Amino acid sequence: MKRVYAKEEVCIGCRLCEVWCRTEHSRSKNIIKAHKSEFPPPVSRVLVEELMPVSFALQCRHCDEPECVESCITGALTKDESGRVVYNEEKCVGCWTCVLVCPYGAPQRDLERKKIAKCDLCPDRDTPACVEMCPNQALVYEER
Amino acid sequence: MSYVIIGNSVAAIGAIEAIRKVDKEINITVISDEPYLVYSRPLISEFLAGQVKEEMMGYREPGFYEKNGVTTKLGKRVVAIDSAKKSVKLDNGEEVAYGKLLIATGGTPFIPPMKGLGKERIYTFIKMDDAKQIDALVPEMDHVVIIGAGLIGLKAAESLHHRGVEVTVVELANRVMAAVLDVDAGGIVQSALEKAGINIVTENTVDEILGGKAANGVRLKDGREIRCDAVIVAIGVVPNAVFAKESGVEVNRGIVTDNHMRTNLPDVYAAGDVTEGPDYLNGGNRVIPIWPNAYIQGKIAGLNMAGVEREFTGGLAMNSIELFGVPVITAGLSNIDSDDLEVLTKIENGNYRKIVLRGSTIVGAVFVGKIDRAGIITGLIRDQIDISSMRDRLLADDFGYIDFPVELRKERLGAVAK
Ligand SMILES: Cc1cc2nc3c(=O)[nH]c(=O)nc-3n(C[C@H](O)[C@H](O)[C@H](O)COP(=O)(O)OP(=O)(O)OC[C@H]3O[C@@H](n4cnc5c(N)ncnc54)[C@H](O)[C@@H]3O)c2cc1C
Ligand code: SF4
Ligand code: SF4
Repeated sequence: MKRVYAKEEVCIGCRLCEVWCRTEHSRSKNIIKAHKSEFPPPVSRVLVEELMPVSFALQCRHCDEPECVESCITGALTKDESGRVVYNEEKCVGCWTCVLVCPYGAPQRDLERKKIAKCDLCPDRDTPACVEMCPNQALVYEER
Repeated sequence: MSYVIIGNSVAAIGAIEAIRKVDKEINITVISDEPYLVYSRPLISEFLAGQVKEEMMGYREPGFYEKNGVTTKLGKRVVAIDSAKKSVKLDNGEEVAYGKLLIATGGTPFIPPMKGLGKERIYTFIKMDDAKQIDALVPEMDHVVIIGAGLIGLKAAESLHHRGVEVTVVELANRVMAAVLDVDAGGIVQSALEKAGINIVTENTVDEILGGKAANGVRLKDGREIRCDAVIVAIGVVPNAVFAKESGVEVNRGIVTDNHMRTNLPDVYAAGDVTEGPDYLNGGNRVIPIWPNAYIQGKIAGLNMAGVEREFTGGLAMNSIELFGVPVITAGLSNIDSDDLEVLTKIENGNYRKIVLRGSTIVGAVFVGKIDRAGIITGLIRDQIDISSMRDRLLADDFGYIDFPVELRKERLGAVAK
């Protein structure tokens, strides 16, 4: 399956991937409203790590045998037939067990909703928003 | 040659999902004395709190069993295993033949001897029916005494508090969650509980449960009496292995398994809270009664039962719990004093971060408050990565892959994740 990979050599740490991820996962899908008026505010599923001069974006790796799926106490996290690790927000109770077990630090706590937020590879798009909108092509969406 | 699984909880589901990855044909029979389809056991506290409805507690969709070719026998208890005949015997006299058997019977509450046991209104808190019984009594209860300030006791305390019931927790140690938290971390959690209005009595214990037919109070070791409408005993769980032991399965504290989750009896496996399986950090075998361990052991057992050889690398004790808005994460050797361990800690505005090192690898961690991305540390424990080059950054709140040696980072982030 296709996954998102970062090219840290060309990432400049502008965090536009986070901006577009929040927008894609907002209710309005409007960049201004997503950042100015929506409550609870959308949480970015991609996180830019930075310790200059190095920076890169990191999101759920959609692991082959995901620790999060095996550990989630409610069954909110599952792996679907295509290989995506999918998340049923309705079932999540904010126990943070996935935060405890994910070796990539991928599940983010959404404190307003008391649920996690995690990369879903943008099911409504062909290419995830972060990849498409990165001005430096520092993210690629491909099979490896 | 059918698969038979005793118990219908997370270890059983781990096994069913693993078996069905390799064997889509042979029937699987699941036998459980609980009458329910698989539910999320930890959620009984959210159920009691009134925050999660019973319909939302299913760990898998109701169609899971049919889809996976699983026959269920619910509300039936296994009383014996006949390993010569390769069958199990149920409490109604029925016999069920197995080709491969998995014992996934979990834990049973540990109740120490004390005077006054056997009255009504004394509960334990590990099953759906426990939660339902307590829930039904909530309107009549003003005050409940909980014995034990471990995870289960504190979750029950929070739930009842949420329903407007006054709660007193009695704990033998000098702090809450003493098994996994040190004095500093335990202190932060305890003050959050007390601030919320939970009464906590430490270094004390219940000598006698008072009352006539029903419990109406407790007498503590120091002579003090506390009036209450019910008592919940939450001291701990012990493996539910008596029938297995009587049937010839080797049981120490729990059912002893090898790293294929096999017991001493041929074609009999065990997984989950009932087992004393291989321990990752200390070697040897240990009971690690947590949800992720039960799923993973179930998965390993299932694969081996279906003929795919797979080794269990060992269980890692870990937990995540949030009490009154304070999140707490522990992993590995989170609270052990030993000469060969080095401890790094940081306390800042009610946030606590602790990393326990053995030489140049991490063997334990505690996070209170800022728990974000704690799993990166758990991963370093699991993989026993040499952290020499990242040592100075381990206590940083924003510790991450940026701190990894570049080759390791590229290897981890540049390829398909295991
Ligand atoms: C209130 C509470 C909160 C918890 N919170 C957490 C948490 O946040 N994180 C975490 O990691 N863990 C948590 N746990 C622990 C977790 O629930 C267990 O580790 C997990 O359920 C173990 O799964 P298991 O499949 O081994 O067995 P169990 O879930 O114990 O299931 C065993 C099943 O087998 C049945 N059974 C037993 N004997 C027989 C028999 N002879 N015949 C037929 N059936 C039998 C039992 O009735 C039961 O249904 C919590 C537990 C409780 C009670
Ligand atoms: S959340 Fe973490 S463990 Fe789960 S699939 Fe994503 S990267 Fe893997
Ligand atoms: S926080 Fe939500 S998704 Fe994560 S383990 Fe808990 S219930 Fe599952």
